Formats: sequence, structure tokens, C-alpha cells
Amino acid sequence: MNSLELHTAAYAQATALKRRQLVLGLLVLLVCVLLSGHITEISFSKFFNNIGAFTSYIGRIVHLENGQSVLSNPAEWFWGWKKWLALMGETLLMAYVGTLLGAAAALALCFLASKNVTANTTVVFITRRFLEFSRTVPEMVFALIFVVAFSLGPLPGILALAIHSTGALGKLFAEVVENIDMKPVDGVVSTGGSWLHKVRFAVLPQVASNFASYALLRFEINVRGAAVLGFVGAGGIGQTLLEVIRKFYYADISALLVMIIATVMLIDAVTERVRHKLLGQERSS
Amino acid sequence: MSSTETSPSHASAIAQRHEALRAQHAALFVPVYESHWRAIIGFILAMGLLFYGLLNLDVTFARLYGGLGELGSMVMRMLPPDPDRFNVYLYAMLETLGIALLGTLSAAIVAFPLGFLAARNTTLNRLVQFMSRRSFDTLRGVDILIWALIWINVVGLGPFAGVLALFMSDLGIFGKLFSEAIEAADNKPVEGVLSTGGSSTASVRFGVLPQLMPVMLSQVLYAFESNTRSASIIGIVGAGGIGLILSEQIRTLELQQMSFVILMILVTVSLIDYLCSKLRFAIIGKSAL
Repeated sequence: MNSLELHTAAYAQATALKRRQLVLGLLVLLVCVLLSGHITEISFSKFFNNIGAFTSYIGRIVHLENGQSVLSNPAEWFWGWKKWLALMGETLLMAYVGTLLGAAAALALCFLASKNVTANTTVVFITRRFLEFSRTVPEMVFALIFVVAFSLGPLPGILALAIHSTGALGKLFAEVVENIDMKPVDGVVSTGGSWLHKVRFAVLPQVASNFASYALLRFEINVRGAAVLGFVGAGGIGQTLLEVIRKFYYADISALLVMIIATVMLIDAVTERVRHKLLGQERSS
Repeated sequence: MSSTETSPSHASAIAQRHEALRAQHAALFVPVYESHWRAIIGFILAMGLLFYGLLNLDVTFARLYGGLGELGSMVMRMLPPDPDRFNVYLYAMLETLGIALLGTLSAAIVAFPLGFLAARNTTLNRLVQFMSRRSFDTLRGVDILIWALIWINVVGLGPFAGVLALFMSDLGIFGKLFSEAIEAADNKPVEGVLSTGGSSTASVRFGVLPQLMPVMLSQVLYAFESNTRSASIIGIVGAGGIGLILSEQIRTLELQQMSFVILMILVTVSLIDYLCSKLRFAIIGKSAL
């Protein structure tokens, strides 16, 4: 056997195990896919028979009632812009209030969920489980329950956003706090500072810009969330959107979607710029 | 030590030292409203907007108080969770998982070739790149629940509409993430393969794919986790899964059964998160995390 053959044999041996694992993994995946396809009633015939309905649906939402393209008469297309803009404003306000309340709660709880700042392991454990619970339950589920308890309107939506944000932000905040430099903390503790002094003067200056950046990211996510909370009656533009979809007011559907997408993109662009600035500040200081 | 504290000469020496320090670090000894005026104004504006929001959105103390009382009594009526019709719930949960799996997988398969079109270094021309990027943005901009409502018009109520809804929204996410991964890929391994006489197919197989696969697989696993959550609420608008049962239970106020279903969602989501993180470790190794 020359050296090339030896190499080939060694290569084949090394890859054989990996290859077998890959084939096994793909087989398991295939079984899961077939099972899922059966359970979820996938039907290609239904799909291909009705795909025309999808394209004609898209076609219909970009045409006005008189059959002209929506772009030919923007005033007619956005006939309800005053009402819709007010609803969009309500949606943004809901996202803002929900994010702010959630961030405030997360700020209060994140220090209790960080092992390096809170010595009591029971407190850390309980806080972490609470945060986990609030971020694992989807905000739609909270909204469904809160709508029954607080009645219809923006209030249950705000609370749902706030609770979910508390869980999501609390975890991220706590991770930031656990990665801080401990020397300032030691400094404050060594001069006799209390727990509050420690958090205010040693921890907060290190984490503030990261916290603000995460909160802005959450605001972005919550704007998207708030736009559909109305589907369950929890305020915002979602209720109107659901109505026009169910009643087949085609041009209104596209008008509302364009409004929502434009707002979300605008918010994304603004928050991204602010976040870069915030994180850049931290790096340069 | 106590004698030195009372000594007048020492006290004046300390006072002098304080003065010297104060003069040396003048920038630190300004009133807080001078050094942090931007932050203070920002805080006042943020609080103003908060209170405007609370007033405008009709968040009153009375409503909060009454609602919390009602919520408390609801929570009491939720206990203990009741696993009545467990088989129905289990089937709906499997349906949810099926929706998440098929939606994620089909979107990943379709997004893989499209990602190359939207990446700066592999696209056909700039117009194609620009158009595919904007299409992905639009797909992502429409929420999954809205996609579900649109697809229900096409294929009718049921889990199939849910699969298609997840597919649409994930296509936008994967298209963006995959094209970014392709742009970030290093060209040196490709040059290495070509320089040893490898074909262009070989350069893709051994130069590009090993760089892309771990990144893409981990993104797909993350998306599957988040889709499990989405698929569990998509039933609220009639697109299959456990969300339908959940919204029916809340409407008929079967609270004990509802709390059991919520627990089931919690357990399933945590289980999927755990499995996905295990798989990520197995596929891409600890170092890549």
C-alpha cells in the first residue's frame, strides 16, 4: 500500500462514523417531517389548486373597488388615514408604555437574578423562575387572559407587553450584570457601601448603555407585537386590520399593511441608529 | 487616633486637603443638574410621554384595581389544572410542533438558494440583490398572524394555513440571515481548494459549505424554538394548533382546563429549547457558541 492509499483509507474511516450519524439524523428528520405532514393536513393538491386564490388575493388588495390600481388614486386608497394614523399612534403608545413598564420591572429584578450581586441563592432562584415564566408564556396568551380580567381596550395589551418584556429583558439584563467588572463593586463594598450603593455606583454605570440598547430593541419588537394584539381585542390597530380582512375590504387591507410595515421599518431604522450610538459611546469611554 | 481628630491643626490640614482635591478635580464637583442636564431632560420627557400614554389609553387606577381583583379570582379558579380531554390537547400540541417543524424547514430550504441572490458577493447584479433584500424585508414586516389570516382565505381553516404562514415570515428572516452569513464567509478556503486543482463544485463543497452550515443550522434551530411559541398562538385566528383550544377555553371560561393547556405549552416550549440547545452543541461544538 502506498501512502496515498493509506491516507484514503484513514480518511474513509474518519468520515464513516460522521456520515453514519448524518444519515441517521436525516432519517429521524424525515420521519418527523412525514408525521408532521400527516398531522398538519398538508395537501399539495389543495395548495396547487388554490394557489391562484393567493395571487388573485394579492392582486385584489392592490386594486381599488373601481378596479383601478391603488397607486392611481392614493387619496382614495388611504381614505381613512386620519382614523388609521390615530390607531397607529395608539399602537406605538401601547408599545412605548408596555416597554417602559417592563424595562422598569426588569431593572428592579435583574440585580436580584444575578449571582454576583445578590448572595442569597434562594432569591436568585425565585427571581429567575419568575422571569422565565413571564417570557415563556406568549404575550398573546397573557393578552387573552387580561382581556377577560380588565375588559377590552389597550390596558390588557399594555399589561401583556409589559409582563412579557419583563421576562425577556430581565434575563438579558441579568446576563449583562453577571459579566461586569467586579473591581468597582469590591471598591464600594470595601468602603462600607450598602447593597443600594453597590448597585447605584458600581454596577449601574457599567451596564446602563447596554440596558438602554436592549430596551430599544424590545421596543422595536413590541411595536410589531402591539400591531396584532388587537386581534384578541387588546387595543391598537390590530382590531381594525382583523375587521377589514374578515369583511374583505381589499384596498383597506393593503393600506393598513403598508402603514404598519412603514412604521415598523421607520422605528427599526431610528432605534438601530440610537443603539449604535449608545454602544459606540460605551466602547470609546 | 481620636486625639488627632480633635487637633485643630489637623482639622484645618484636612480641610485644606479637601479644598486642594476639589480644585484638582473641578469637573467632578459640579451640581448634578449641570453635568447631567441632558439625562434629566430626557427622563422628564420620557415620564411625560408615559403619563400622557397612561391617560390617553384610559389606564385608570380604578380599572387597574378592579382588573387585578378579577385577575386574582381568575387565577384562583384556574387551580388546580384539569387534564380533562388530555388526548385532544396532546394531539393539538403535536399539531403545533408539526406546524413549527414544517414551516421552519420549508422556509430554510427555499431561503438557501435565495440567500445567494441577496448576498453582495454572490448575487447576479445589484438590482436583483436590492429587490430580493426588499422582498425579504416585506415578508418579515407582515406578522405571522396576518399571514395566517391571508392563507386561511386560500387553503381554508386548519393547520396547513399555519404552516404556510410560518413559511412566509421565516422566509424573510432566513433570507436576510443566510445572505449575511454568505457575505461574511471567507474566500481563502475557496482559493485554497482551487489552487490545489479542485473543481468549482469542490470549492463550494469544501470551501464554502463548511463555513456556512454551522451558522445556518444554528439559525434554523433558533427559528424552530421561536416558531414553537408562534405556532402555539396561531390557532387564535384559526390556523391550527393548540391556540384554537386555548382561545375557545378562555371564551367559555373553562379556566382549569385552560391552565393545564398553558402548562403544557410551557413544558413543550422549554423541552424544545433544551433539545435545540443540545443539538446546537452536537452540531457546531461548544466553541462556536
